[in-house]
Amino acid sequence: MQYLWVFLIGGLVCMLGEVLIITTKITSARILVCFVLIGVVLQAVNLFEPLCAFAKAGINVPIIGFGASLAKGAIGAVKSYGLIGAFTGGLQATAGGIAAAIAFAFIFSLICKSKTK
Amino acid sequence: MKNQQINQKYNRYVEARIPKTKAWPSLFNSFWVGGVICLIGQGINDALLYIFPSMAEQTAWAWTLIALIFIASFLTALGVYDKIGKFAGGGSIVPITGFSNSISSPAIEFKHEGIIYGTCVKMFTVAGPVIVCGVVASVVVGLIYYIAGLI
Repeated sequence: MQYLWVFLIGGLVCMLGEVLIITTKITSARILVCFVLIGVVLQAVNLFEPLCAFAKAGINVPIIGFGASLAKGAIGAVKSYGLIGAFTGGLQATAGGIAAAIAFAFIFSLICKSKTK
Repeated sequence: MKNQQINQKYNRYVEARIPKTKAWPSLFNSFWVGGVICLIGQGINDALLYIFPSMAEQTAWAWTLIALIFIASFLTALGVYDKIGKFAGGGSIVPITGFSNSISSPAIEFKHEGIIYGTCVKMFTVAGPVIVCGVVASVVVGLIYYIAGLI
């Protein structure tokens, strides 16, 4: 049952992205930015946690989850370390994902030849 | 006046040439591909928590996302992810795998321009704005919470 909700909600979120592509012809960078900002706002108004408890990976795997953990990190760090947390918290919470994406991209670019050329 | 006409003509020409994405099939494809990617994430997360029961939920999610990022990077290197992208559109862009693809794809493609100016610079053509906007927004949210906490 859990998996059904993950599939349905994850699919709906992705379909929303596709709707944006079809109706406005915006590029993938803008879509990613939009969804990250949606995630930040959802977390800021405390709506992300209840959504996440219900949809789990359906909302965490879309890039909305990335935005939400940025905001969650900043909010949590502000509560425990004060003002400096606003600057340290966001990247700290998402460091794993960003570092992994950069590292793997770099390693694979060293190994592989470009396909399109 | 004449320039305007030419521009209009050119716009019409471009309009006719843009590959038409058929709305309904592409919506359906983005739906189920996106859903399946989320399912894979949930599967990895559940497997991690099953194998390492003492793992904190936060850590399990971090590992899940790193695993998905690795898979997407690997598929991009093989040239498979671009095919999925053509088929699924938003279904392959919106999940974290799309973020990973947006970093690895230019990194590999611009390798021939050198490691520093090719790979390292072009890596962030899409991911850069995402990280910048996300970080700025999170700093703003943090500041708002700080000020709200003072009052």
